[in-house]
Amino acid sequence: MLRYTLKRLLGMIPALLAASLLIFAVIDLPPGDCLSNQMAELKSRGETAGTERLEFLRHEFDLDRSFLERYAIWMGLWPGSRGFSGLLQGDWGWSFEFNKSVASVVGETLALTIIVNAATVLFIYALAFPIGVYAATRAYGWSDYGITLAGYLGLAVPNFLLALALLYYANAWFGTAIGGLMAPEYADQPWSLAKLGSILAHLIVPVIVIGLSGTATMIRRLRANLLDELHKPYVIAARAKGLRERDLLVKYPLRLSLAPFIADIGNLLPSLVSGSVIVSVVLSLPTIGPVLVDALRAQDHFLSGFILLFTAVLTMIGMLISDLILALVDPRVRLGETPRQ
Amino acid sequence: MSKATRYLNEEPFEPRDTVALSDAELRAIEASSWTGFWRRFARHRLAFVSGLFLLALYAMLPFVELLAPYPPDWRDSAKVYAPPQSIRLFHDGALHPPFVYGTAQSLNPETFAREFVEDRTQPQALRFFCTGSTYRFWELWEGSAHLVCPAKGASLHLLGTDRLGRDIFSRILYGARVSLTIGIIGVAISLVLGMALGGLAGYFGGWTDTVIQRLIELVRSLPELPLWMALSAALPVTWPPLTVYLGITIILGLLDWPSLARAVRARFMTLREEEFVLAAELMGASPARVIGRHMLPNFASHLIANATLAIPAMILGETALSFLGLGIREPMTSWGLMLDQARRIEAILFYPWILAPMVPVILTVLAFNFVGDGLRDAADPHQG
Repeated sequence: MLRYTLKRLLGMIPALLAASLLIFAVIDLPPGDCLSNQMAELKSRGETAGTERLEFLRHEFDLDRSFLERYAIWMGLWPGSRGFSGLLQGDWGWSFEFNKSVASVVGETLALTIIVNAATVLFIYALAFPIGVYAATRAYGWSDYGITLAGYLGLAVPNFLLALALLYYANAWFGTAIGGLMAPEYADQPWSLAKLGSILAHLIVPVIVIGLSGTATMIRRLRANLLDELHKPYVIAARAKGLRERDLLVKYPLRLSLAPFIADIGNLLPSLVSGSVIVSVVLSLPTIGPVLVDALRAQDHFLSGFILLFTAVLTMIGMLISDLILALVDPRVRLGETPRQ
Repeated sequence: MSKATRYLNEEPFEPRDTVALSDAELRAIEASSWTGFWRRFARHRLAFVSGLFLLALYAMLPFVELLAPYPPDWRDSAKVYAPPQSIRLFHDGALHPPFVYGTAQSLNPETFAREFVEDRTQPQALRFFCTGSTYRFWELWEGSAHLVCPAKGASLHLLGTDRLGRDIFSRILYGARVSLTIGIIGVAISLVLGMALGGLAGYFGGWTDTVIQRLIELVRSLPELPLWMALSAALPVTWPPLTVYLGITIILGLLDWPSLARAVRARFMTLREEEFVLAAELMGASPARVIGRHMLPNFASHLIANATLAIPAMILGETALSFLGLGIREPMTSWGLMLDQARRIEAILFYPWILAPMVPVILTVLAFNFVGDGLRDAADPHQG
């Protein structure tokens, strides 16, 4: 198990490097940068006083170097004008839009983003598992058809439109405005139990909105996997030996259909993180979503680059965790075989 | 084995001459795999109906100018945030040709909200096949013919008006042009990419396969939407709307190919082992012929099903980008761009009809899902 964990961890390094290079290339696409745009503006107004300062800043942040050099400096693989100071050294860069360091701009939103996404994954597991098993054991009955239909709807209704509709109905029916991730009085407070409680209460709506389509997918997969297993000869043999239906289900088919169930959450993660970004904008959750939209609009390179990389790292770590749990449950994975789909 | 050592009878060989077959058997053999495919698809009621619905939607696109009562940029500053008017058939308890009631606007002195009061005394009969506000048909010819127009001097806002007093119903029709085509073009792009890369990986194997596999894994592990956002934010502000539209389609297609490439690769891997492929190769067929003539027809239906299932993600991608203000730009319009106005919660609370574009988005996405599922089942009759 330790060997497998190490192998997977090492395997993540090239993936992370490739992802960071890709992301840096994307944020570097628009011509010019925040500072050169400001400089052009000053020059067009015939001012020269500010340009010197901007020129100095451009040099200070190494914006005047080649693409690969800037990438390496950003990552902390190459010394810039301030020595080795990049993501690897814990320096996340400078936000020109907010005139603060990226770390202080994103600050608490990182933890809240992780909380929202982790809560969504737990929600999906907690809901999809019992419903999927229930639907499979009562396949082709009324409850199964009902669940399948509900799953279809859950899959097709886009999460941010659902959030918009909920905003309206929550107000029309209950007279309350949903949105936000904590009661306003906790916004700038340090972490406390009361704050955590407030966050948990506010988490319910976003988690359902983000997790709905994922839950529907997982129910469908678990039902299909379990149905395949339920018709295999070993189930009939176990039944013939007189095993109770419940014991039989838990002991054999459920275990076998559990492996793909766990592996699938890894496939779902990218779309979950995507969903959390846009739902956060609609429900004005203080996660990285709204910050990312602002940063992209203002062409704030370091800020948007850091957030993009953060979302990528978040999904990759999530996938790693799901792989490790899978290896724990299914010994075939550890031995380098691929489990049956 | 070189070509010269092969012993091939140059005489044409007609297998049917060797066995006698009845007419029914012949028909069963000659029926292409497509016939069976369509027959199985048509048996899925829901998928079939959804397919017809989508066909009707797409057939409507060229004639939007005629179907919409107003041009998309037509503004009535006296009717800002006007509520929807419903078409009625009974006035004073008597049957009347289709009409709407006019509305009068007033400002509530307490809440400062605009209020519209229906004037129930005067039915305003709709005109059909009429001339109304002028537009440029396909941006080419001037025209003013409409399927339906309001009575002279009156207005017809079936789904209300927006912040600028533009007719939401007409804008939904015009927005369909962008929202519905972006999915198709985007999927076409990702299909080309997916087939090329998946085909290369599956046919040649070895290190080509390894490199492409790693690339697929990388792109699949990145959250799509943030990258889409970053790429479309990189489109220059100076670009005209049509170029931006093309840019967005390409961006949507660029990141969505991995799942298609994976499907193509897996199919190639299994088909390559088939005996009929080996036979074709032994007969000296070139890779292009083996792929195009023998392998592609065997998984084309699969590919179509997969592509159809990828379209909703594109449509939603465009909707999300435009909603965030990073997608389609005015004066073009799309369903997502119309929902952009719904980002202010007060607007939703007072004028909920601005959420109307949600309905076509959800219906289209549902329909594409049903059709895709139907196609997949039809392509794979033996599975589940």
